[in-house]
Amino acid sequence: MRTNDARTLYEKVWADHIVRPESAKTPAILYIDLHLIHEVTTPQAFTLLRELKLPLRRPDLTLGTMDHSTPTTPVGSLRDIAVVAEGAARQVAQMETNCRDFGLELHGFDSKHRGIVHVIGPELGATQPGKTIVCGDSHTSTHGAFGALAFGIGTTEVGHVMATQCLLQRKAKTLELDIRGALARGVTAKDVILAVIGQIGVDGGTGHVIEYRGDTISAMDMDQRMTVCNMSIEAGARAGMIAPDDTTFEYLHGRPSAPQGADWTAAVKRWRHLATDADAKYDKSISIDASTMQPMVTFGTNPGMVIGVNEPVPDRREPGFLKALDYMQITAGKPLSASAVDVVFIGSCTNSRLSDLQQAADILRGRHIADGVRMLVVPGSQQIKAEAEALGLDEVFRTAGAEWRESGCSMCLGMNGDTVDSGRLSVSTSNRNFEGRQGKGARTILASPSTAAASAVRGHVADPRPFL
Amino acid sequence: MEPISTISSRTVVLPVSDVDTDQIIPARFLTTTSRDGLGKNLFADWRFAADGSPKNDFALNQPEAHGCSVLVAGRNFGCGSSREHAPWALLDYGIKAVISSEIADIFRSNSLKNGLLPVVVEQDLLEWLLSNPGINVELDIAASQLRLPDGRQVTYPIDDFARYCLLEGIDQLGFLRQHDNDISKFEESRSWTP
Ligand code: SF4
Repeated sequence: MRTNDARTLYEKVWADHIVRPESAKTPAILYIDLHLIHEVTTPQAFTLLRELKLPLRRPDLTLGTMDHSTPTTPVGSLRDIAVVAEGAARQVAQMETNCRDFGLELHGFDSKHRGIVHVIGPELGATQPGKTIVCGDSHTSTHGAFGALAFGIGTTEVGHVMATQCLLQRKAKTLELDIRGALARGVTAKDVILAVIGQIGVDGGTGHVIEYRGDTISAMDMDQRMTVCNMSIEAGARAGMIAPDDTTFEYLHGRPSAPQGADWTAAVKRWRHLATDADAKYDKSISIDASTMQPMVTFGTNPGMVIGVNEPVPDRREPGFLKALDYMQITAGKPLSASAVDVVFIGSCTNSRLSDLQQAADILRGRHIADGVRMLVVPGSQQIKAEAEALGLDEVFRTAGAEWRESGCSMCLGMNGDTVDSGRLSVSTSNRNFEGRQGKGARTILASPSTAAASAVRGHVADPRPFL
Repeated sequence: MEPISTISSRTVVLPVSDVDTDQIIPARFLTTTSRDGLGKNLFADWRFAADGSPKNDFALNQPEAHGCSVLVAGRNFGCGSSREHAPWALLDYGIKAVISSEIADIFRSNSLKNGLLPVVVEQDLLEWLLSNPGINVELDIAASQLRLPDGRQVTYPIDDFARYCLLEGIDQLGFLRQHDNDISKFEESRSWTP
């Protein structure tokens, strides 16, 4: 029987941040503990603050970086950015002015902490269990891997948080995804989340906050958990969460923004109470068997159109399905290995962390990418770049024929000079295979770093398992 | 935000499911630092050929679509990124309401904050609307009703507070700022600080 006070992880974090409860007439006022900002979705919000002559309420709870429109070729000055695009240069210059004027910490070009916003939050230890975290970016769901309630907001809401540190929110429904079973060799967190989206659909999580549970999830390290939570939005959910445990605490311990000393002990004690209570109920529950999963690849124009790497593309007659295959220039009934690959991209907030780069490097070590393939490896942050270089991974990539870049969003969304040309086929470790996402007319196949690296070597979509 | 109480228009129909915000406004147009002028790039890659000429087979390029302010689209409209540029582009182009059987969470929230009305209807009705393009519809915000030319009146779901804000033209920041005291009290009373 359900006791009155049994609550889910989401309900606990939600309740802990209520400034004013919701009613039929008005949404709740929810307090935000960490506001991450980047250059693309903030300019109009800063303009609003200026128009209303308002200060930014909590600069100490706001953290800025530049990632979306910044080039990944080495840059020393704004003039280098102007080479990429004038609009991007203006946006970056404005970000610097805005952060200076409003007294914010910005990890700009000269910072060794610069990187993709969803990579640096955890890396600095600013992302912590039980926090509410928002950002004008839908992949804010990534931070839910730490047991934070983290979700993407629009620019108007960015302005609300800047001015009041709060948001008006209705409580979401909860969706439990209970994922069980040991992953087979060569199957990664990326394959798990792609398989999950294939199963529940790109709108399977709409209106819900997902909690990922089960032994598959608890066996994952933090990098893998972040990959899973990152793509919650691709299932339509605004947020995805995982209860914090020793793996979480070990990751955070000693990071610059994590609590230190006695504060650390107190924090861990508090965090241990966040996990969902044994008899708490979810609005919806789905069980998923991960033991039979294979490396997954998308074949269409949304992340739910996904198959095992060696499976034939399904044959369906719906107009939307046919439109997607037509755009992708892919034939139903054949496996994707029939398609020659032009570009391979390792990077993005889904798969640009050190362990992702290691997976790709393990396959490329002592091998060379196929003729005619262009491969870009873009670390998620400058710190990851330094760590990878210390391990010699940059040399592995360069020797294999790949380009090794500075951190940033890069080809994930192609608004920074890194794009896939029209009609070209890309195997990408990013999260969206929408039409034109990587550049106008570009065709995208989403995959894990291992599958992407194997595909670069073979010159067509390839199973990574024979390489392991 | 201007108050809105009714929207009357012929419908323009986009019979595609899962329309994502990268289609509504591709990322390369996001380097703007203002909200204005995005309408010309709305659905850019579906609307225009590589040489910039309009594609005749795209719904918004049909002569009948001219002046329509209600867009009917397939299930799960507005999925993908949180870019508020998507509702900004639709509004700047002249769209005032989007009807679908499901509208993605962040897009819906962003729309309401800018006076773009998201209307969710049952799948059956959506299919009927998709196969009857160009009909005159009326949206009554106070009554949360969609009125069809055959006399049907359909109530659609909308959050009370969001509806109130649309009708009064109120932006939500004002409401939050009225509770400044509560926010300060909350900050002082917490058992832990972020
Ligand atoms: S890497 Fe891609 S998905 Fe992640 S924040 Fe950057 S643009 Fe968004």
